[in-house]
Amino acid sequence: MSTVIRRIGGYATRHLDGPLLGMLAVLMLTGLLVLYSASSASVPRVSGQFINMLVALAVMWVFANVPPHYLLRLAFPVYFVGVALLLAVALFGEVIQGARRWLDVGVTRIQPSELMKIGVPLALAWYFERHEAALKLRNHAVAAVMLLVPVALILRQPDLGTAVLIAGSGFFVLFLAGLSWRVIAGLAAAALASLPLAWSALHDYQRQRVLTLLDPMQDPLGAGYHTIQSTIAVGSGGLFGKGWMNGTQTHLDFIPERTTDFVFAVYSEEFGLFGNLVLLALFLFVISRGLVITANAPTLFTRLLAGAITLTFFTYAFVNMGMVSGVLPVVGVPLPLISYGGTSLVSICLGFGILMSIATRKKLVQT
Amino acid sequence: MSNGFEIRDSELELHQFRARLWVAAGFVFVMFGLLAARFVYLQVVKYDHYHTLAEANRISIVPVVPNRGIITDRNGVGIAHNYSAYTLEIRPGRVDDLEKLINELAAVVEIAPRDRRRFRRLLEESKNFESLPIRTRLTEEEIARFAANRYRFPAVEINARPFREYPHGELFAHVVGYIGRINERDVKQLEAAEQLSNYRGTDHIGKVGIEQSYERHLHGTTGMAKVEIDAAGRAIRSLSRVAPISGNNLVLTLDARLQEVAYNTFGEFRGALVAIDPRNGEVLAFVSKPGFDPNLFVDGIDAQSWSELINSPDKPMTNRALHGQYPPGSTIKPFMALAALTLGKRTPQYTINDPGFFTLPGVSHQWRDWKKGGHGAVDLHKSIVVSCDTYYYGLANDLGIDNIHNYLSQFGFGARTGIDIEGEAIGILPSQQWKQRRFKQKWFVGDTISVGIGQGYMTATPLQLAHATAIIANGGNVVRPHLVQHVQDSRTLQLQSIARPSAPSLEIRADFLGRVQNALVDVLRPGGTAARSGAGASYPFAGKTGTSQVIAIKPGERYDAAKVHERHRDHALFIAYAPAENPVIALAVLVENGGSGSSTAAPIARQVLDYYLLGRDPQPLRRGKEEPDEHRD
Repeated sequence: MSTVIRRIGGYATRHLDGPLLGMLAVLMLTGLLVLYSASSASVPRVSGQFINMLVALAVMWVFANVPPHYLLRLAFPVYFVGVALLLAVALFGEVIQGARRWLDVGVTRIQPSELMKIGVPLALAWYFERHEAALKLRNHAVAAVMLLVPVALILRQPDLGTAVLIAGSGFFVLFLAGLSWRVIAGLAAAALASLPLAWSALHDYQRQRVLTLLDPMQDPLGAGYHTIQSTIAVGSGGLFGKGWMNGTQTHLDFIPERTTDFVFAVYSEEFGLFGNLVLLALFLFVISRGLVITANAPTLFTRLLAGAITLTFFTYAFVNMGMVSGVLPVVGVPLPLISYGGTSLVSICLGFGILMSIATRKKLVQT
Repeated sequence: MSNGFEIRDSELELHQFRARLWVAAGFVFVMFGLLAARFVYLQVVKYDHYHTLAEANRISIVPVVPNRGIITDRNGVGIAHNYSAYTLEIRPGRVDDLEKLINELAAVVEIAPRDRRRFRRLLEESKNFESLPIRTRLTEEEIARFAANRYRFPAVEINARPFREYPHGELFAHVVGYIGRINERDVKQLEAAEQLSNYRGTDHIGKVGIEQSYERHLHGTTGMAKVEIDAAGRAIRSLSRVAPISGNNLVLTLDARLQEVAYNTFGEFRGALVAIDPRNGEVLAFVSKPGFDPNLFVDGIDAQSWSELINSPDKPMTNRALHGQYPPGSTIKPFMALAALTLGKRTPQYTINDPGFFTLPGVSHQWRDWKKGGHGAVDLHKSIVVSCDTYYYGLANDLGIDNIHNYLSQFGFGARTGIDIEGEAIGILPSQQWKQRRFKQKWFVGDTISVGIGQGYMTATPLQLAHATAIIANGGNVVRPHLVQHVQDSRTLQLQSIARPSAPSLEIRADFLGRVQNALVDVLRPGGTAARSGAGASYPFAGKTGTSQVIAIKPGERYDAAKVHERHRDHALFIAYAPAENPVIALAVLVENGGSGSSTAAPIARQVLDYYLLGRDPQPLRRGKEEPDEHRD
């Protein structure tokens, strides 16, 4: 009997990565702890998020058990459907709070940009795998176009946060696929040169966010309010924080969206610099583990995919903490594994599932 | 797939890939390092700054308004007090359609048109988004009804607030005054007096009367509460508190019952009465009739009530006692007599023969006596008792205007008495200089003659007359009239007197004063102008009648009260003090369009004195019921 259980258990866990799973669990538990404070001890919120986590972990387990070569086959169809859906959103999408991001498919509303978070790195990795034999600049150019089409569509919705994350994940694939330094330098120069053009392409509210970042006090009750209040929360946390459930900025309602995008302000106010460094270390461990998996991945496709997933996770964390501490503009990027909300949690865990699949597949090959 | 070249190639590729991965790892590390540096900067270097900001966010200093001091009369009868009541208040800043909201509210709680008008007025006056009362003094039932519907009105709230109430209504309106909502002018004055911070949270301030002049005592010291607030500004909990210090209470010199008696005795007449204790200047009664209800002003008077008050022909907003300036008429004669004796222009025995008029050499104009045919032989005593005009025409001419001015000014004419409320009028005590300044004209001898009987250019307020009468009553002591007897400290409940500068006494020879005082007593005896009012008095009292013209009577015409429009009838005046020996009350009565002093003013004075000295209840005067005038004075 116990052997049966052990065998079933072994079968169920053979594609899970222990160290990664452990660190994710610590981060998620931290998230529940912070959420309990940020929601002013709302049990429904915390239990709701707990259920989100269980769902996300289930998704992770499923994808950990999907062999990478299935993903290779799925990559282009996913990308194609994704772009089609983005076009559909642009044409028929529902406008909610001034942004056209959702598509009504009868049963429910879906947000195709969420799909592209994994769809883009999948497709680019698939493309480079196909042309592995002789990678030329031309291939990078094609890949760049494959990247820019969905990014442009998402920017137009507008959804700066998701666009940044997807553009980042695509760039990481290009970079890891060996985009030459000269091209990178050239692109950087061109980007700098076209800043004025990009500026004019931004929506008013996006421009406002950038301006606000440069000088939050110019509109302290309007656009600057989020940044000012979250920076105050972080700064007033001091070395060791005000203590769990004791943040005044948090509990007196000064931090907006404090369970979702600005949850880091709550964490930082209550746990201080010490807590921040611990959190940074945790993220760094997760990323390091991801990079180790990437380095050991068996094929170019898996290497690129694993690298993109890992570095996208970094992008989430960096952009969110930078935004809350007032060095990056306010874009809708949650703090991975900590912010309340099921969608981002599922898409992040889906990525980690793929990462685990790649990690364990390699081990299986070796044994 | 497995030849050596390709393996080498793919190993090279892997090597290259791992190099890129190292770069990425380095990038991650550097970026996290920058974040860590940012955290150190915010949480260590700038910690004090952000700590202060967070504290400033959460802590609000809320003023705690002190209770305003209460005002009682000399016997402890309440004249102005506070009570707590529930008000229904709207925050206009949170409402789009005020009219609609008020209509919806009216279905729940009764809102009279008057409430709407007052609310609109408040709305115009207030610039900030504070909450403004739409209804005050809610009943328990109304509170319950609103509470049941509260969810429908997020911008409406019920607050318990202290209210000022004047239980006697119009009785003390002109002396105690009222408080009203602080306006821009008040703010400027408070700022100039460096008192503005003490008025944080205070809505009301004394506007007129004692409420205004004793504002400093009544208001108290505002306390402070440190309160933790949330981002919406709602108070979450109290952190610390400095209790406010209540305003001091005032004990007035007024006698509420006497005030009421005096007010009611006027009946349907308009007028003023000021009664002073001649021993110390305490004002016992201070009446200006008609009054108005000061309670209307506390929370902003509505436009219609205001317009009614301001447009009423009875002018209820005019403080006749303090600001009404009337020719003193014959009530000036005792003072003229003292001037004549003191300056040696007349002896008590000097006698004139009164033909019923006075003429100046070389002037055709006749100054007529009120009595056709004259009073015959008239000496100083008789001149007062029968109020002989001719005697005083000649006397004024002999004294000259500047002597009159200088002597009468010692009795406070033409100057403020220094009473402790603002807005006092000074009347006119004419002189050559005054006319030059006022009309850029020379003084003519003829101008002097009518000043001798308190007409012509001369005017005085009822308060000035009462003040001057008190000086005759007390033997020459200039006592400053005042309304506040004591200030009661709100904490220790100890009574403090108010230091008042004492005025110099007048040097009046006792025998001169005695003669005039005797004559004033005889005014109320048979043969005197006010004999009817003196009849049957169980205490001796002194008085002088007076009549002041409202319209000029053309030469050759005689005044006939019956033919003159009621509002053009003469004003009746009477000054008095009692008892004649050691007087305890001196007063001046003015009855607007009352006819003659003897017919209306003197009876009022008698009733007030009877009440004050004997405790006898008065009978209000009725217009038209008085007997026909024997004489105008």
